[in-house]
Amino acid sequence: MLFTGIPLEFFLVTSTLMFFIGIYGFITRENIITILMSIELILNSVNINFLAFNRYLYPGQLEGHFFSLFVIAVAAAEAAVAIAIIINIYRRFKSIEVDNVDEMKN
Amino acid sequence: MEAILGNQVMFILFSAMIVMFSILTVTSRRILRAATFLLFVLLSTAGLYFMLNYQFLAAVQITLYAGGIVVLIIFSILLTSHIDHKFDRVPAQKLIMGVIAAGSGIALSLTTLLTYNFVPANQEPISVDMNTIGKSLLNYGDHGFVLPFEVISVLLLAAIVAAVVIAKRKKI
Repeated sequence: MLFTGIPLEFFLVTSTLMFFIGIYGFITRENIITILMSIELILNSVNINFLAFNRYLYPGQLEGHFFSLFVIAVAAAEAAVAIAIIINIYRRFKSIEVDNVDEMKN
Repeated sequence: MEAILGNQVMFILFSAMIVMFSILTVTSRRILRAATFLLFVLLSTAGLYFMLNYQFLAAVQITLYAGGIVVLIIFSILLTSHIDHKFDRVPAQKLIMGVIAAGSGIALSLTTLLTYNFVPANQEPISVDMNTIGKSLLNYGDHGFVLPFEVISVLLLAAIVAAVVIAKRKKI
């Protein structure tokens, strides 16, 4: 019990649920853009974890804060490149379903 | 006491929104709706950051994620998909496998972290204002982050160049 009146475990439970919902989407989705959305969910849940640990266990330091700042920057770069690749795939295959994009398999 | 109760109500509201809209994001059969639900998830996450007193990061989350990445995703949806298009239902086998993977992961993680005894530190929290953030980002001593800051700037430059090179129309 701390300044907010919320135990640390509540944040961890929320981020765990979010992480594995992202994993579920990553497994079941077929469209590349929705897979990208699931990855964003996973990255976000990790950020919540970093910040909650930073605030509750090491409030005198800022390591978790800056880690999630860098995670956000990497996620932005990743989304930009991924969407460029998706648009290129669409031009070539006229589809962004993962089942149709298997030319390199054989 | 009332502040604590208000905090708890806000936290439960935000986390319920996060979980509910996350589920809708991965199960919605219309892609533009999925993107909108993702936007709500990201905004509620920013609310959680505000509750943890990280105002700067909450602002970054809103501008960069909710403002930048979601707009990028919506643009690419508009460029590549039909708005009326509905996804097929997930095949039963895939659905079961996904539920098993996610469910066992949730069970494993929750049992681990709910049985572990976290000891909250009782040291004085430092204030996270712009002064502290800027000085730590450009500090090369202890608790300084100048190296990842520079590496991330190179990464962003590389990502910009890569996005342009990949997406430009090649001459045939």
